[in-house]
Amino acid sequence: MNVNFSLLVPEYVLVGVAFVILTVDFLVPRHQRVHLSWLAASGLILSAVIAMVRRWDTVETLYEGLFIADKFGLFFFVFLTILTAVILLLSQDYVRHHIRQAGEFYALMVFATIGMVGMAQAGELLTAYVALELMSFSLYVLVAFRRDDSNGNEAGVKYIVLGGFSSAILLYGISMIWGATGTTYYSGISEHLLAHEGDLDPTLILGLALILAGVGFKIAAAPFHMWAPDTYQGAPTPVTAFLAIASKAAAFALVLRLFTQALLPALEEWQVLLAVLAVTTMVIGNTVAIVQTNIKRMLAYSSVGQVGFLLVGVSALGHIQDGVIIPVPLASDAVMLHLIGYSFANLAAFAVVIAVYNHIGSDELSAYKGLSQRSPFLSMTMAVSLFSLAGLPFFVGFLTKFYLFTAAAEANLLWLAVVAMVSSVVSLYYYLMVIKRMFIDDPAGSRLIPLKIRVPSISWLLIVVMVIGTVVLGIYPQPLADAVGAATESILTGA
Amino acid sequence: MNTFDDSVLSLLVVLPFAAAVALILWPGDEIRPMKWFSAVVALTSTALVLVIMLRFDYTDGPQYQFINETEWLTQLGIGFDLGVDGIAVAMLSLTAIAFPAAILVGWNVDARSKDYLILLNLLVGGVYGTFVSLDLFFLFFFYEIAVLPMYLLIAYWGSSTTFPRFNRLKDYSAMKLVLFLVGGSVLIWVSIIAMFVEADLNSFSLVDFQQVGFDESFQYWVFPLLMIGFGLLGGLWPLHTWSPDGHVSAPTSVSMLHAGVLMKLGAFGLIRVGIQTMPEGAEAWAPLLLGLGAVNVIYGSIAAMSQTDLKYVIGYSSVSHMGYVFLGLATLHTLGVTGAVLQMFSHGIMTALMFTLAGAVYHSSHTRDIGILSGLAKVMPVGAFFFAVAGFASLGLPGFSGFVAELLVFLGLFQTYPWVGVLAVIGAGITTIYMLRLLAKVYFGETTQRWESLPDLKLNEKLVAGTLALTLLVVGLAPFYLIDIIRAGVSHIPVVTG
Repeated sequence: MNVNFSLLVPEYVLVGVAFVILTVDFLVPRHQRVHLSWLAASGLILSAVIAMVRRWDTVETLYEGLFIADKFGLFFFVFLTILTAVILLLSQDYVRHHIRQAGEFYALMVFATIGMVGMAQAGELLTAYVALELMSFSLYVLVAFRRDDSNGNEAGVKYIVLGGFSSAILLYGISMIWGATGTTYYSGISEHLLAHEGDLDPTLILGLALILAGVGFKIAAAPFHMWAPDTYQGAPTPVTAFLAIASKAAAFALVLRLFTQALLPALEEWQVLLAVLAVTTMVIGNTVAIVQTNIKRMLAYSSVGQVGFLLVGVSALGHIQDGVIIPVPLASDAVMLHLIGYSFANLAAFAVVIAVYNHIGSDELSAYKGLSQRSPFLSMTMAVSLFSLAGLPFFVGFLTKFYLFTAAAEANLLWLAVVAMVSSVVSLYYYLMVIKRMFIDDPAGSRLIPLKIRVPSISWLLIVVMVIGTVVLGIYPQPLADAVGAATESILTGA
Repeated sequence: MNTFDDSVLSLLVVLPFAAAVALILWPGDEIRPMKWFSAVVALTSTALVLVIMLRFDYTDGPQYQFINETEWLTQLGIGFDLGVDGIAVAMLSLTAIAFPAAILVGWNVDARSKDYLILLNLLVGGVYGTFVSLDLFFLFFFYEIAVLPMYLLIAYWGSSTTFPRFNRLKDYSAMKLVLFLVGGSVLIWVSIIAMFVEADLNSFSLVDFQQVGFDESFQYWVFPLLMIGFGLLGGLWPLHTWSPDGHVSAPTSVSMLHAGVLMKLGAFGLIRVGIQTMPEGAEAWAPLLLGLGAVNVIYGSIAAMSQTDLKYVIGYSSVSHMGYVFLGLATLHTLGVTGAVLQMFSHGIMTALMFTLAGAVYHSSHTRDIGILSGLAKVMPVGAFFFAVAGFASLGLPGFSGFVAELLVFLGLFQTYPWVGVLAVIGAGITTIYMLRLLAKVYFGETTQRWESLPDLKLNEKLVAGTLALTLLVVGLAPFYLIDIIRAGVSHIPVVTG
């Protein structure tokens, strides 16, 4: 067997960076360790560049499809590494004030990223599982980083207990799939499904449902979302952002590849299941968000709602016409576009949450009263990101939602699109309530808090980039849509 | 065609947005230059519209003119396609008058004027965009933009109303308005993507949808969605309740734009997307539209009669007047539809004028209670004069544009549904009662000491009121030019006959 190990150079770079950080951590004095974020971020960017050079326009596999480096994989590699780099840099101020072990913190983020890129490129269930666990274990530690804080402890315990539980369910599902098909390779599963059309083993269906439940926990789809609000609230805010954005993007990368390359022939069995999951997730996320009084909890429920929108796209991956399953490339495009748009907007929102927390020391929604007087810049940023999350025009969220719902209609799921639109209107309500607090109410809190908020220059720069990105992608989406289209093509045709 | 004709519509749409961006990045805090800048932008857009009007070929030109198509997103077949027909030109001219008027009246706003001007520019950009879009994605895009700034405009700069037994808070009105309209836009959105899938052309182009000829059964279930979705913004009964609350709570220049122009977006969308792409659906559902429109006319005017707040009277009279628009559209008769579009224009100008004057009264007296206001003609003769003009136009006195528009609608109705025509005329009669009563009490009632020192209209208000009143009079006396333009648009709609 000819194994081309040079294919993995970008991953080696990531592993190397993580260990270098852990080593350098011993050598620099404690108060300077926050600068390790520069090392981590440049390592991540470097690996992205190497990946682009090494894997541009090629499809290569390791171990006959255990690991697939195609355009789809490359897309998520670049996306996830840059995303992590941005979160690392945004977290500098927070780490300086609230995190004692900066080296471990950054190294764990990089380890988690290795797991994430593995999830996007795995072509086999166990490889995907191992990658997922690498991400999850790193996150278990990261979430519990504020161990002297009771909320932080609660977050850590909830996340590890439910996370471990869901991993077990996932693994159980994988074993059933193996039992029914005799393979864990995506391509093998797909062949088995095609060969046994019409008389599928019930074990296989059960396995599928268990995998769905296991992944459902990881992406916080309702009714598997119970851990999310407490964990989001208690975790250090940069970790919350990482959890809410990067880990979900990676999980959706896994889901997209799994459902197109392995499970598409069984569309009839899972489409309704996923559609129902999408409905519960959208409805629960967007309605429960209304009553939240803590911005991190509100963003947690809002991201549950956003996951629901993404699931609409996943359930629209194909449709059946005259007994033949026809893939819907628009749906996969839309999921990726929405992920990008969601990341831009949510990152900007979390950047504001970090800045406000560092200044006022509170994540309560009441702390946002009169924010436009404390900092027009931060309140504008928050407004842009919330408007984009709500799917309002000029911002990327409008286009991606339009894209998603059109894809759903293409897959004969117009009813699902209608549910999604209605819950999108509901979400507008709680986003507007935050806008109202920021722009219309007077500043709250003690007079001891200085009025103006100072934003560190690196955060300022990144926030500006994200705000501009949210707007530019909203009015000039063609290049991104082309990139996403190429990624979709590679998982649908293997080219 | 030359380069000017190709780019004039994009210029018109981009201008207000560019102005909004310029204002966001504006260095320094001084407000006066920003106000002047916005006024210049508004007048520039007026000049552009004037040129479009003059160059528009309404004799035997193609349906859509000044077309400009740019590919935007190939995966979904979305293009930034602009173009206008006669109906759109009429609506553009309405906007071109209302926009500078709103900026001028907004001169009086002192709190956070910069943000106010930014939002006004965004709003108007959305309105222009909706009127000129020939791609349904962008039509929807701009439609949403036009609706959303309203929330902040009302919730911050608006005013709450105190009634004897309850208060109508401005936050409440703003949220109600936005959720109603965005809720309505869900129906529009569903219809748009259903049309995309049904036509199967990988295109959102309106022209494509007009040519494709949808199945009758498809039209039958999609048209009502469009009718309710767009009708909601037009104040269609029974989904009009956001409209009086919203108009009343909004600051003066926003009420002007909202009742004057934004409600017309609803009726415009109903024609453009509803009737033009779903002719058979329109025919099938016309009786329902007719019935609801008739309720609008009667209910709106009766409700206006029982209001105690000056702005609520105007708000409900808007609901009633928009009823004539729906009646005219429901006739699907050339006279009726032309009348409906002319009514959209005329009502826009007239309402803007009324809100200007009501705003002037409220700003100096701090009340809008009809029971308290009395005999204002003595202290504000100019205001009284213009209010009388607006009132007469509203009740359809010959010589004003409202008369021509309503006459056309009545003629269309008598050709098609004579009994409803009778109802519509009764509605006009009720309008006469409450308008004259309002005039008699507020302006020509007993003079009281309390209002002796009220100032008359300010210079900017006089300017705006004068322009608007003159427009009403000119269109009322010589409506043929505008009617010809509107007819050029209406004649291209196949289902409209007669």
